Amino acid sequence: MKSGLLGIEDLNRDEIQAILDRARDFQPKKGEGFRKTDLLCGRMVVNLFFEASTRTRTSFEIAAKCLGADAVSINVQASSATKGESLVDTLNTLAAMRPDAIIMRHAASGAPHFLQRHLETPIVNAGDGTHEHPTQALLDARTILDRGASLEKLRVAIIGDIAHSRVARSDAYLLSKYGADIVLCGPASLLPPELKDIAPGITLTTNLDEAIRDADVIMMLRVQLERQHESAFPASEYFQFYGLRLEHLRLAKPDVIVMHPGPINRGREISSEVADSQRSVILNQVENGIAVRMAVLERVLGGRATH
Amino acid sequence: MDPASGHDAIADVLIEDGVIIGVGANLSKQGAEMFDASGLIVAPGFVDMHVHLREPGFEHAETIESGSRAAAAGGFTSIAPMPNTSPVNDNATVTSYIVEKARKHAVVNVWPIGAITKGSAGEELAAIGSMIKAGAVAISDDGKPVMNARVMRRAMEFARSFKVPVIDHCEDLHLSAGGDMHEGLESVRLGLRGIPGCSEDVMVARDILLAEVTGARYHVAHISSKHSVEMVAFAKSRGLAVTAETTPHHFAIADADIVPYDSNYKMKPPLRGRADVDAVTEGVVNGAIDAIATDHAPHAGDEKMQEFEKCPFGILGLETALGVSLERLLHPGKIGLMRLIDLFTTGPARILGIPRGTLAAGAAADVTMFSLDREWTYDVNKSFSKSRNSPFDGKTFRGGPVAAVVNGSVVWRA
Repeated sequence: MKSGLLGIEDLNRDEIQAILDRARDFQPKKGEGFRKTDLLCGRMVVNLFFEASTRTRTSFEIAAKCLGADAVSINVQASSATKGESLVDTLNTLAAMRPDAIIMRHAASGAPHFLQRHLETPIVNAGDGTHEHPTQALLDARTILDRGASLEKLRVAIIGDIAHSRVARSDAYLLSKYGADIVLCGPASLLPPELKDIAPGITLTTNLDEAIRDADVIMMLRVQLERQHESAFPASEYFQFYGLRLEHLRLAKPDVIVMHPGPINRGREISSEVADSQRSVILNQVENGIAVRMAVLERVLGGRATH
Repeated sequence: MDPASGHDAIADVLIEDGVIIGVGANLSKQGAEMFDASGLIVAPGFVDMHVHLREPGFEHAETIESGSRAAAAGGFTSIAPMPNTSPVNDNATVTSYIVEKARKHAVVNVWPIGAITKGSAGEELAAIGSMIKAGAVAISDDGKPVMNARVMRRAMEFARSFKVPVIDHCEDLHLSAGGDMHEGLESVRLGLRGIPGCSEDVMVARDILLAEVTGARYHVAHISSKHSVEMVAFAKSRGLAVTAETTPHHFAIADADIVPYDSNYKMKPPLRGRADVDAVTEGVVNGAIDAIATDHAPHAGDEKMQEFEKCPFGILGLETALGVSLERLLHPGKIGLMRLIDLFTTGPARILGIPRGTLAAGAAADVTMFSLDREWTYDVNKSFSKSRNSPFDGKTFRGGPVAAVVNGSVVWRA
């Protein structure tokens, strides 16, 4: 069985570095588009998204096509899943069509891990519930590295609904493996104390100023109202206490960068001024998403040796 | 070995017409059938005071017959099924149906537990008196705890008039809502919603206070958290009629031991943190906990082959309970053999008030024979249960059940 990519937690630093290095080869030159290659010519990947996503699905699709692979995207709303078919049956049916990999997003934490135990086809996790979103962490790391920074000793503030964020978990796992200082920040009801122990190098704070002070990188998370199973904070107060505004940036390092996995909610977790500022690298993240996913697909599908 | 009398000797057990005639050296009777139990432990028949037999209503997962066979293979000669069947066992008709079905098809004794409230909906008291008259030995809304403290108080008062225990599945449903596993580092790491230990503790605290007010006999089902064990010990120190059971999985497996997203590790209460597991073990040792029960909860294969958050709660337990208990309690020397047998026999029998759990002359001839050293491997695909949801599949145990005798008849032997 080939190995897919289920999460960052299970990867070691060398494996991560190999993907990040390879992603650089796929980045477009200034002013150009992504180069098309035939590295995965004749291969087929299936994009199976059980949860609404435009950017991640499109990003994977473009990545596959840039590698010469065929990409089929399945609209789950129109598929058998809505006819009462179980997840295992859906996946077995798809696997019988012999794709080389299945890229999957699902609202249930661990859904791809559970399926991989019953399936030969490698699965690439494009986000599972509130657990992991490995390619997001890889593209975030690639984006930080592009600014000339190294990940060691970096102070990274991750701010928002940490409890329900798969992005925060994957980023924390990745940065921790490089020895970064990771500050997780949010209202206490969204910041369980156990988070401190999921990986080395993590501290927690409920104070936004404290989180941002001397930060090299600020990662804002989307306030995920659809994952709020209850009211864990007064929504009307969120921006006042946890929304990132220009004045906050003065507390950070002068060359701080602001990241966001998107889609951004202007005025909810981040002000427009910050989102559109010189410090924002949000669109670089989107671009790197394709380069990193090309590197991941190449690794999973075992493309030709690098040039 | 008989905890009720403290008898501990190599001896013969003479049984006639389903009744124990005596225990002693060189007992025999002309024409009697011999069962050679040399090298084995001979104990009163085990009592599991907490099982789910799924009949009526969910016969695809288990039946009274299949569950009773699994019980016998686990050394249990008496089992008490919880009322969360369909329909719920909340009236004498359902109780009588279970009693009658058991009489015809079960290979072990079945002692039904009736619901506390109608439909276990937590509002109106069920027909408790008539269920008891029809054979119910306790009341519980297992799985659907009575959230309204006033209703619970009335249930305790009413149950006191019939001298039956009120068994509570202690879970504050608001605190646990949406949870899939114990709330702690592991749930945070795995991105699964947590069931906090306090969701159990607040109910145990409430119930103990109500038990004091009402004078009821109150029993905590499947106790799993450190604070709950401490509170039960406290209640006992105050002389209240408070008892508790725990399950083998709650003293054998911590949340950090689970296979991630494997639903064979999903049950309520959830597998808790190491400190809780240690506290439950300590409660078994020091007597805060009175009985080992399995919470045997069969679910059909397709129900457990889903996304973790979609899978129902519960695992099998009857066939592995003794093996797990020997491994975790006896072999490491935490408790002695007499105490172990007590937890499976006298303990639960006394709580339910059933005339079982002893080898005394005149008692019903329910006997469990087990080995302390025979190695065997659990193969869930050979289980007598109709379901296959066990985290112990493929596990090798040292010691386990060898034969079960119910009313003088050997109903199972290894």
